[in-house]
Order: sequence, then structure tokens, then C-alpha cells
Amino acid sequence: MGATAPQEPGPAILDLWHPVAILADLRTGETMRTRLLDRDVAVGLNGEGAPLAWLITGDAQDAGAAPGPLPAIAAYEFAWTSLGTPPAEIFAIPECDEPDRRNLATFSVGVHVSAPRAVENFLDLGHFPYVHAGILGQVPRTEVADYTVEVDPETNELWALDCEFFQPQAAAASTDGQVSQYTYRVPHPYCVMLYKSCPTDESRFDVIALFCQALSADRVLFHTFMSVIDEVSTDEQIRAFQTLVSAQDKPILENQTPRLLPLAVGAETSVRSDRASVAYRRWLADLGVRYGVIPAGLSDEGS
Amino acid sequence: MKAPDPTSLLHPVAAGADLLPRHVVRSRLLGRPLAIWRADDGFINIWEDRCIHRGMRLSAGVNDGAELVCQYHGWRYSNRNANCTYIPAHPGEAPARTMRVPSFACAEKYGLVWSGSAPDAEPPTVPALEDSDVLVLRSLPVSAPAALVLDALAGYSFRPSAALGTDGAVEISTDAGSAYSIAVTATTVGGGKSSAVFFIQPAEAGRCVIRPVLSPAPAPEERLATLRHHANHLEALRRELEASSAAETAVRLPMATLEPRRGDGTDRPASGRRPQVRVRVTRKWLTAEGIAAFDLAPVAGELPSFQPGAHLDVHLPNGLVRQYSLTNGPGLTSVYRIGVKLEPDSRGGSRYLHESVREGDVLDISAPRNNFPLRRDAARTVLIAGGIGITPLLAMAQTLTRQGLTWELHYFVQSNNHIAFGEILAPLRTTGRWWRYRRGANHVAIGEMLAPLAGVTTYVGLSPDETGDELARITRRYRPMQHAYVCGPGPMIDTARSIAAEAGWPTESIHFEYFKNEAARDDNSAFDVTLARRNLTLRIEPGVSLLDGLRSAGVDLPSSCEQGACGTCIATILEGEPDHQDVYLKAPERAAGDRLLTCVSRARGGRLVLDL
Repeated sequence: MGATAPQEPGPAILDLWHPVAILADLRTGETMRTRLLDRDVAVGLNGEGAPLAWLITGDAQDAGAAPGPLPAIAAYEFAWTSLGTPPAEIFAIPECDEPDRRNLATFSVGVHVSAPRAVENFLDLGHFPYVHAGILGQVPRTEVADYTVEVDPETNELWALDCEFFQPQAAAASTDGQVSQYTYRVPHPYCVMLYKSCPTDESRFDVIALFCQALSADRVLFHTFMSVIDEVSTDEQIRAFQTLVSAQDKPILENQTPRLLPLAVGAETSVRSDRASVAYRRWLADLGVRYGVIPAGLSDEGS
Repeated sequence: MKAPDPTSLLHPVAAGADLLPRHVVRSRLLGRPLAIWRADDGFINIWEDRCIHRGMRLSAGVNDGAELVCQYHGWRYSNRNANCTYIPAHPGEAPARTMRVPSFACAEKYGLVWSGSAPDAEPPTVPALEDSDVLVLRSLPVSAPAALVLDALAGYSFRPSAALGTDGAVEISTDAGSAYSIAVTATTVGGGKSSAVFFIQPAEAGRCVIRPVLSPAPAPEERLATLRHHANHLEALRRELEASSAAETAVRLPMATLEPRRGDGTDRPASGRRPQVRVRVTRKWLTAEGIAAFDLAPVAGELPSFQPGAHLDVHLPNGLVRQYSLTNGPGLTSVYRIGVKLEPDSRGGSRYLHESVREGDVLDISAPRNNFPLRRDAARTVLIAGGIGITPLLAMAQTLTRQGLTWELHYFVQSNNHIAFGEILAPLRTTGRWWRYRRGANHVAIGEMLAPLAGVTTYVGLSPDETGDELARITRRYRPMQHAYVCGPGPMIDTARSIAAEAGWPTESIHFEYFKNEAARDDNSAFDVTLARRNLTLRIEPGVSLLDGLRSAGVDLPSSCEQGACGTCIATILEGEPDHQDVYLKAPERAAGDRLLTCVSRARGGRLVLDL
């Protein structure tokens, strides 16, 4: 209730790469102003077409990083930057290098919710028949079959394996209902992707990713990215599909209270089908994430 | 005067007229966001505006008249007790009874809906509103604390509705009713007189809602002008107030918060055979030949939640305990409605209920248990009832209808006079298909065939062979995602199961509930049972059930029928071979040998190790 002091991102979030712009939106010689973790950031391209990012002075907040240039890289159709000391490379999505893939930044929309709430929504099968009725699910085929969740000991990424769900129209190229196989992967506290059986090639998987740009602790830009095998649909058709799905999630996310994700066990009631969400909350706590969440031990009342 | 603690009072949270059918209203009281909805039975639910699952606002949900459905994952919450009744991600399972939305007290007075923390508080009585009809004016949110708002309202001035067009002098008097209301009365020389009573809803720190009520209600031709008159005056007052309140920022007092009311006392896990709920028989009637129906209302509070297929234990004053299925659909939450067949060989259970229990009597019952759960994700649901076995299937048919799912009910009865709960069956007829009225192959009454009725087919006076033929016809096609539920006399269930199995129905798609275990049981063996978690070994002697042996050692297992029919007293086997003797487990479960019913099952090899 009332105004509270802004959360501090802390090294668990500062030292990561964060998406700040769709590469195709950037022009050499022009800058785009955006926001990341309560800081004002400018993004542009250098003469070689590589992204540039810098922290803007004049911000009321005393930024952890000094105003001036920030590290920047291009990956998966987005420009990424960091306000801390990021790893040398961003998490890998090897599928994107396959020659017959189409890699697309599909849709970006501002959502008044924390990045972890958005990631958790993306990890969730149970809402398909209600929020994405007729597309990703259909009442009464609402059962969420048991699946496996594990943290990869080498990469410390969170995975949900062997997920299955009945879907009337699983992708832009689908013509019929199917039981879709899903694998979820969380390589970054604010980024999540899924591998989903491809309607046009049963032996391979389409990749759909959500890259959240945390504007502040409770506001995100919800960027989606796809790497698909689809020779039929136009870019616009693929984008239209993802736009529809994301637009259905937005009002749900904006009506969740509190906007920050509560990490305390028992803050919200979970059932078996929520094991990915429960594991994600624990994983965030283990990583020391304190931005966009209500850490265990703090009350979530009145937010 | 010191202001009273706001949590000790009831405050207005909505106008009664705002609670339209199938609508959910958002409000806020003492910092707590509220979702308010009226069910089709008229009951007003005031709940925390937050799904217990993932925090979705329930005010964005769907009020289906009996339940509130969350928009995010379709979790359903019941009218009255606010319990979660269904989790679509797990269609075959009942939610834990502890899953409940925090809810708040409710009262209606002066056209307003009132709520608060204090369990026994009443809405205030205002003399100016007692003597005539009232008109609730539009509410007005104000960014100012309650005390400031009341100060400003003390200067409120208006004309009585009957004197709006005139310019005669008006005399204004105010009566500061309480810390959260004020009455302003306007009188004209010509005799016109109106009172405006302003109730203040303390929404959160520094924010209130003014809820004006006018008395008397203006005549229809004065109504529009009256509404406009007050809207203009109040809007001016609000602007002035917010300007002065903004200057006095220091008045932002921290606010006491609204506390939800406590549960119904059934949160603790079921244990033993103890009754948990006290009910009063509010209605008893003969619903069919030999079948008495009972409505059981709570003596205090709200009834615990239930799922279709559930039964309760009725503890009779003569010491007997009997199980009866609920016929309730999701809409009926004010009473439990059961049907009791008078058993010719009654040992005093059904006879007592038929002959001795009367309207007004008080009975002890268990909270409902469900060992016959209904899946709500089937493409086609076939319900097959024999005689009194109709009761749980009525609950199922009503639930499926409300959720718009496809079902058919096949009801086998001895004669027309044996058709029970006609008033529940009647509205179920409107959902398509045909009602086929038969008397058996040898004497079909032509004029009674194929009267239009829906989803429900009644079979009257069939022989066992004819029943078998009809069951074969009903179950002849099996397609994936179909489920059948069978309840009735033991031989009929046996027949239905074997016929459906022959027709290709997998075991897991045939669900059944025996009313009793009609097989002879053998309790002559003696064996040892080791309780792994307690590191304890007991000797079970001949004539003593495993359940009773466990209880005498202090292991308090829940139980209900105690004849191997209901499944309540199930336990997990870690070692040893069971001698099942029950009618609850399905064939694959029996073959797996990893669970038993402690009331009737025993050991084959002289020893069992249980996970207890």
C-alpha cells in the first residue's frame, strides 16, 4: 500500500544481459531511448551495424553504473545490454543456426506486471483452455498431465520436460487439433523459451521465447521471439498468431495481485500442475533474485 | 468524541442494486480489495478480490449463478462457503477443503450491502431512514479521510425533491449519526421534507466512498431532477474536499485492516467416524414410493463444500451411522439434499430416518466425502442409475449441465411410482435428446414412447435380462474420452461393468459406487500388521477388523461405511499380500496389491506391513 522505495536489482540481475530493442527497429545514426531496471538507457547502431547502448545522465536515480557506454551485443534479433558485469556470451539457442529456420522477433508489448509473473505465465499449461481458448487449449480438455522439472547441474538452467497438452490450433501452420509436446527452458530469470512439436515436421521442435525487458520491478516490455520451421506462413501470419496469444495474456497479467511474484511457500496455493512455477520460484530464490519478486519472509499484503 | 475502531463496525461496500444477476462488483474496505457477487439463490458473497491460486482478481471472473469462476485457470469457488470446488488441471480430483477464498460478513440494509471484520456487528440504525421508502443515490469516491469528508458533509445543503422547482426558503438541520455517517434534513415552508443520509465507506488510508441514501424516495416524475440536483452538489463538494485534503497531507493515517471471517471448522483432516457438522431437518418429503427426501440445513455457519458424487455419514440418535449421497448440484449450497430408501431388512438406519426423524430435528453428520468423483473433461459422460442409485448421479448431471458438458442419464426403476426427485429431473430435460418411456419388451405402452425430454432416459419395470440388453445398447460404442458412472444395486453394477468391459470400455473409464458390500466376508483369520512409520507391530485377532485393531492402538484412520464399499479407510501396503474382500477397488488396483481397505481387508500370508 502507498509508495514504497524502488527495489534494488542487485548483482543477480545487474550482471545479466537484458533485451532493450528489436534490432530491426534500430537505424545507424539514430538513438532510441528506453528504460531498463529503473534506469534510462539509449540504444543505437555503430557504423558496422552492431548495437550500442549507454546510460543516460540526468536520471534522478543514482545508477549503479556510471553514465556512459554500456556493454552491448546482438542476439536472437534483439539488442542486449547490461548495467553490471555480464558474462562473455549470452545463453545459447543452437536451433537458431539451422539453415531452414525462420528467426523472427514477433511481438513486443508493455505489460504492467513484474518480469517473473510474466515468465511464470509463459511456463504455465493450465491456463491455455481459459485464456487461449480455441487456440492453445479447449474446455473440457483441461487436464495437465504430470511432467518433470529439473535444474541442469552444469548450466544451472531450469527445465520442465515431457509436458503434454491438447491444443486445437497449436501454431500458425496448424489445421487441426493435436496433443502438443512441450519442453520448457528457463536460461535467465527474466527469459523463458519453449520447444514445441512442430506441426510441419514431427521430428523437430519450434522454439518460442519470451524475453522480458524489466522497465521497473513491476513493469515489463514483453518481447517474443520465434525460431520455426514453417514454409507456408508469411512473417505477418506468424506475428499475427503470436500477437493474438500475447494480447490474451496481457489483461490476465495486469489483474494479478500482487504484481511482484511472491516467493514464500504458501503465499499462493499451488497444485501438482504448478510444479514448474513452484520450481521457478525456488530457483529465483536460490539465484538471489530480489527484483520483481517478494522475497520469502516479507509479507505480500497490501501490494 | 473518540472515533470507534473501524474494524468493530460494519461499513457499506456496495449498493444492493449494483449486484445484478451474474455480475461481480469490485469494492474496497479498510485497504482490502473485495469481489462482491450475488448468487442465483440471492446470497451475497463478499470475498477477497484475489484467487488463492495465482492472485488473479476474482472480480474479473465469471459469476455463473452458483459459483465464481476464475478467468486464469478456471478454478471454481462455491457460493456461501467460498471453497474451491473444481480445479480443471486435475479433472478427476477433489480440491482440498482448506482451499478457500477469504470471505467477509455481509448484511443488507437501506438498499446498501454492508461488511466488516466483527462477526456480530450490525449495520447502524438511522431514524431518518426508518419511516419511508429510500432511494440509494450514486456513490462517490473521494480522496480524503473519513473525518474530513464528514466535516464537509455537515455543510451540505439541498432542496427537498418536492420543492426542486420552487424557490421557497429551505431550512437545513444535521444530525451527526456516528463516526461514519451523517444525516442532513431539508424542510421547506410548504411542507416538503427530505433527508439525505451519507454513509462513509473507509476504502483505504486517505480514500473513502460517500454512499448517499435519500428518504423519502422521490416521486417518479421528480426522480431525474433529484438525481441531477444531488450529483451536482456532491461533485462540487468532492472537488472542494480533495483540494483541501491534498493540502493536509498529514491526515494519511495508517488504517486498520479488514480481517476475513474464520472457517467452518472442517479444515482439520477427517479422522475416525466422528461427526463434524450439526444440521437441522428443514424439510422431509416422500419423493417416490419408499424413498424419503431430506433437506439438512446448518445449525450455525455455512455447510462445508462438496463435489458431485459425494456422500455424508448421518449419525443417528440410535447410534447407527449410515451413508447417503448428496443430490445437490452446484446451485444448492444452503442445504444438503439426500434421499433415503426404506430397506425392507433395515437394521434401524433407514427405518429410523423414515419413521422417527421429523422436520425440525437436529442430526449430526460428517462433512461430505467423495469416493465417487466425477471427471469434467469427458467428451461424453454416461450416467447409469438403478433405483436409489440415482442420487449421486443427479448431482453429476446438474454439475455437467452447468458447465455445458455432454451427458446422458439412464435411470432404471421398478415402476413410475419409484421415480425419485422429479423436481431435479424436470429442469434437466431441457438439454436435448429424448426421454424414452418404456415398460419392458412385452408390454410397451405406445402412447408413452418418445415423449420429448432430454438427456434423461427412464426404463420402467425391466427384467434383469431386459436391463442387460439395454445396458449393452447404452455402452455399445466406446470412443476415447468417454466415461461411465454406475450406481445402484450390486448385481446391476456388476452387470454394467462386465457388459461395458466386453464392449471395449477400459477399466479406468468405468466408475461405480456400491451402496453396500453384499458379499459374505470372512474375518476368521488372525495376522500381524506392522506399521512402518510407527515401528509398531499389532496382532489382529479373528472377529476384529484391521480398522478396529488400528484404532485400539491409537491410529485414528477416517472411515465411513465400514463394509468395504466406500474407500474412505484406504491404506498403502508396503509388504505382504492382502485378502481384499471389498467392492471398492478396481481390478487393476486389486491386482497391484498395494492398497487395501482396513475395514474389511485382511492378510493372506499372516503378515502385512502398512505405510502408517
